[in-house]
Amino acid sequence: MKITIKLFAYFRDGRFKKRVSDFFDEGTSPGEVITSLGLDLEDVGVIMVNNRHAAADSCLTEGDVLAVFPRIGGG
Amino acid sequence: MADKIYRVNMTTLTTTVEDVPENLQGHGGRGLTSNIVAAEVEPTCHPLGSHNKLVIAPGLLSGTTAANSGRISCGAKSPLTGTIKESNAGGTAAAMLAKLGCKAIIIEGMPSTKDNWYNLVLNDKGITINEETELVGKGNFAIVETVASRLGEKFGVISIGQAGEMKMASANISIKDPDSHLRSCGRGGLGAVMGSKQIKFIALAPTDNKVAIADPEAFTAANRVFTKALVDNPISQALGQYGTNVLVNIINEAGGLPTRNFTSGQFDGHEEISGETMHDTIVEREGKPKHNCHKGCVIQCSQIYNDMNKKYKTSGFEYESIWAMGADCCVDNLDHIAEADSMMDDMGIDSIETSVAMGVAMEAEVLEFGDGAEFCRILKDEVLAGTGLGRIIGSGAGSVGRAYGVTRVPVVKNQAIPAYDPRAIKGIGITYATSTQGADHTMGYTIATNILGVGGTVDPLSKEGQVELSRNLQIATAAIDSTGMCLFIAFAALDDATCLPALVDMLNARFGIGLTADDVTALGISILKTEHEFNLAAGFTNKDDRLPEFFSEEPIAPHNVIWDFTDEELDTFWDF
Ligand code: SF4
Repeated sequence: MKITIKLFAYFRDGRFKKRVSDFFDEGTSPGEVITSLGLDLEDVGVIMVNNRHAAADSCLTEGDVLAVFPRIGGG
Repeated sequence: MADKIYRVNMTTLTTTVEDVPENLQGHGGRGLTSNIVAAEVEPTCHPLGSHNKLVIAPGLLSGTTAANSGRISCGAKSPLTGTIKESNAGGTAAAMLAKLGCKAIIIEGMPSTKDNWYNLVLNDKGITINEETELVGKGNFAIVETVASRLGEKFGVISIGQAGEMKMASANISIKDPDSHLRSCGRGGLGAVMGSKQIKFIALAPTDNKVAIADPEAFTAANRVFTKALVDNPISQALGQYGTNVLVNIINEAGGLPTRNFTSGQFDGHEEISGETMHDTIVEREGKPKHNCHKGCVIQCSQIYNDMNKKYKTSGFEYESIWAMGADCCVDNLDHIAEADSMMDDMGIDSIETSVAMGVAMEAEVLEFGDGAEFCRILKDEVLAGTGLGRIIGSGAGSVGRAYGVTRVPVVKNQAIPAYDPRAIKGIGITYATSTQGADHTMGYTIATNILGVGGTVDPLSKEGQVELSRNLQIATAAIDSTGMCLFIAFAALDDATCLPALVDMLNARFGIGLTADDVTALGISILKTEHEFNLAAGFTNKDDRLPEFFSEEPIAPHNVIWDFTDEELDTFWDF
């Protein structure tokens, strides 16, 4: 399936900001995508799929936009 | 020696030093300013008249070695909202006031003639009122520089720029930071109150005095635990690296970044103004990504942003200001935003209120969306010059809406809504609607739980649990704002079980008392209720705890959601 992966803050270091990928099979979870990028799930603060919060073990489908943030805050 | 209250009467130009009454001894920061304003200020008075009082107070732990304890609170009746107001900032003043044994400065009355301006100087011996001529009409940077050469580099400075002199309803009060740059008690127009008293600045003398600690050993031990909780927290670490502006991209991704005067929840230029871009720009231009607004801050969310020639441009470059000039006005150029930020610091005007006002002016076609250069020109040629247009903009978003007949005006109690759209992040809408001080995200930062996954999770698009979340956070915030702690300790406090008990232990060790966590919650509740009662007595009702109607009528992209809380649901906020 084709998905868009977006990384934020220091997750971009040595990786990318945004990439369209057709490497993963339908039903792959955000967690699996994240670990395949060499990121530790422990460091992940927020996962969004199509602008909504999503769990690491949810299922991705064709055309999804996955956004991965480390633990961040502000205000 | 016990702390004192310094009372300055600007009608008679006399000062008195008072013992702290017993009922105020356990208060500091916001709890102290709000209690004094509630007790001494007639709620229906004109905020710029002789009956309003400006109260300035360090937090309960300010001046000690406690990490992040250097916030100073300013309080009064607000000329922007007409409500009670407390606005806090970092800088060197809170610790200096505490070391000088000053529990609070209360400034009351006003001079009988309009022509004379004054400064106040507080030192070991007391406080004096002095006539000021040289700095009248000058900006905050000139004040900091002149006070350094006139009195000494190490003096603390609390000042107003030209906006405060002109009594604009968005004027702020500036606090000198350790590098002689500025931090601001930004919201609610307290600079206009200081201007109405005709005080240009307050200088604080350096001292070798130390703040008394009842149990130094217990204090040091608790501070060690507290500091470790802050330093080890990953969110604190990210704040150090990217500043609060790291939020641009995540709020945009969540569809809650108000754009083009609140007509969309996403901004095409978000990458250009994001924390990531800002970090890379700062590093490239040899600025500092990490910087603290006061000694003792271990989180260091501030930064030094240089211009293209690697010269200092601005610091304390915050997400909400960048959002307001950026997404809300569609300016996607960080250098224009930095230029405007620096100008607003110098003239002493709230960068959130003023930029949201510019967004409303853009909607009224006074200038075009995205025109950063014109934004800067208007600041300089109109606001700073005090022209008619400048005064309308300087009096806030509501003022621009009224002057130009705009209906999409994002304000609650006439204070501009910041950086998070209440349709797409519903918890923050509860805070905007019910806060005792008009729309203000810092009063109950539900973004933590709605978006960032801190302190649990509550779905941002659902109404469920939002009233309770906002209430709990507003209570906790009122208590934290009394300690002198920077609110950003809350991320560690919500995440790390050792953090809050250590904070309570520090309060106990400082004063030799035995507070429990419940007592701290009770303190927060009593502050909120005191503030709410002041507002009711000033003429506010539950009907003022509402968002502007356009939020209920105009769906916002990408989620196409509206604000859908009923009046009854909103009114349950005060059921405690
Ligand atoms: S975290 Fe930021 S706002 Fe808070 S005390 Fe430190 S520099 Fe100041």
